[in-house]
Amino acid sequence: MILYLMCFFLFLVGVYGAITKRDLIKIILAIGIMGYSVNLFLVLLAYRTGALVPILKKGLDIPASMMVDPLPQAIVLTSIVIELGITALMAALAIRIYQKYDTFDITKIRRLQG
Amino acid sequence: MILSQFIFVPLLAAFLIVLFARKKENFAAAIALAACAWILIVSFIAFFKLPSHGGMILNNTSGWKIPYTICLILDNLSSFMLIVVNLVAFLSAFYAIQYINHFTGKWNFFALFMLMLTGMNGVILTGDFFNLYVFMEISLFSAYALVAFGTESEELEAAFKYATMGAITSTMILFGIGILYSYTSTLTMADVGLQLRSGGTPKMIFLVYGLFIAGFGLKTALVPFHAWLPDAHPSAPAPISAMLSGVLIKTLGVYALVRIFFNVFGAPTVVLQILMLLGTLSIVIGGFLSIVQWDFKRLLGFSSVSQIGYVVIGFALGTPLGILGGILHLFYHAIFKSLLFLDSGAVEYATDTRDLRQLGGLSKELKVTSATNMVGTLSISGIPPFNGFFSKLIIIIACISAGQIVIGIIAALVSIVTLAYFLKVQKHAFYGKKGSAKVLEKVPFAMKTAMIILAALCLISSAIMIPSIRKNYLNPIVETVMGRTSYIDKVEPYLDNGSVK
Repeated sequence: MILYLMCFFLFLVGVYGAITKRDLIKIILAIGIMGYSVNLFLVLLAYRTGALVPILKKGLDIPASMMVDPLPQAIVLTSIVIELGITALMAALAIRIYQKYDTFDITKIRRLQG
Repeated sequence: MILSQFIFVPLLAAFLIVLFARKKENFAAAIALAACAWILIVSFIAFFKLPSHGGMILNNTSGWKIPYTICLILDNLSSFMLIVVNLVAFLSAFYAIQYINHFTGKWNFFALFMLMLTGMNGVILTGDFFNLYVFMEISLFSAYALVAFGTESEELEAAFKYATMGAITSTMILFGIGILYSYTSTLTMADVGLQLRSGGTPKMIFLVYGLFIAGFGLKTALVPFHAWLPDAHPSAPAPISAMLSGVLIKTLGVYALVRIFFNVFGAPTVVLQILMLLGTLSIVIGGFLSIVQWDFKRLLGFSSVSQIGYVVIGFALGTPLGILGGILHLFYHAIFKSLLFLDSGAVEYATDTRDLRQLGGLSKELKVTSATNMVGTLSISGIPPFNGFFSKLIIIIACISAGQIVIGIIAALVSIVTLAYFLKVQKHAFYGKKGSAKVLEKVPFAMKTAMIILAALCLISSAIMIPSIRKNYLNPIVETVMGRTSYIDKVEPYLDNGSVK
């Protein structure tokens, strides 16, 4: 239970960072932290104390109840790839914004108003 | 009926464009247009063939059966959404052929456009929570990139804002999906619904409701979550604005909300009340913020916030009449808001500005744009022969008959506000005194054609209200949304309930 709470705390750290930080790069990092916490949560769901690899093979007779859940692990792989994409895209945007505005400070990047 | 072609045809088109059409830009447009036309035709075929399949077609995407694999599900609601999305996509792509001459990297544009379409078709068809998330991310990625397509400072700023908010809420959705999985041990939507129905209401479900309302509410641009829309939608190139405001917010937002909360969770009252509140706030705040705008496209962006509120309150009423109104307004808004965005694009193409203070007296020089914009204005403000009248009337009647008289009155009053801000557009852009902006270029043929077709559709689509058509084609959709367990019951025979193989 304590692990789940800490995982949720990590999620909140990410949310806090994304909301309060003014630096574009720090916002990207905060979003990354949120993503890590969700990935950690999904891996925790799959974990079972003392369980083994989910492989069905002759000579390796592991009962289904003694296997870790493979589905969240597959999900985490996909979600890591998606996060890589979003981080790369946002970093590219941040670089282009820096070229235009000469700053990473979001309080100075506000030509859109109203 | 192979459902995966809705996904692989645009995906294939995107990759073909990137591989072969980098130098030949007309070839890129041809591939994109062919792919759009193909899936538009197939979506019509699917819509009319659906009743003979008993109202549901389910394809497993591998040799396994659900819940051990991902499934694609076509039912009345999703086939209707496919038509809306692919119709707007086809016309926007047709419009873009000549509009995009003002930008460099045409092939890039069409490749991203096709990826966005892939994601939207995937979201509509999928029957799996995690697959929904993946397709949502595919279309959002392309949307972020397309918003920044002009690479001017405002566009990059808007794209970053959109990407930040989109990424935070997508993570929340994934978190919600994780919680649901931990409770039900399945990701197939119908199976989740089945487990929740038999297992009572656990307390954790309210956390999932909250995460999903925040997540999909941001994609819908409901009011506390709307701040990105008036920046992002105007910054994109006009055909993309038409796609974003016309269909993206409805597919990723309204459709996903309806599918999850009505079909899977069985329309919990607390969620309907929250959606009702958020919808009403959207109508009022979006409407009043539109009046003070001077940027043509920004005004349309705020107007989208206001109009999406009508769609959401229609669904949130939970009565058959309200849902009918919601579905109709979703369809009609897709048509007239795309038309209005394409018009604003034509004005920008011709005069190189979209500031209403500089425009004026364009009706003589841009005849087609002016006329179609008038049709769009009359439709969105709900003037009788045009389509917007019928959907708004149904929503207002549904509000009153459901006892929500205050909301009905608000909806009716904001409809007048809508007319007010669109008359402002008419006065300052097309009629009135001649502004400082001059017409530099003629609006080309493809752009005109797309606008004329959409304007004609504004009138023709009112024909859905003829009772026999409504009974045959719209009532099954309403039943799909209303019948809170019919979706689960229809998928249940396909479920493989045996032990792990």
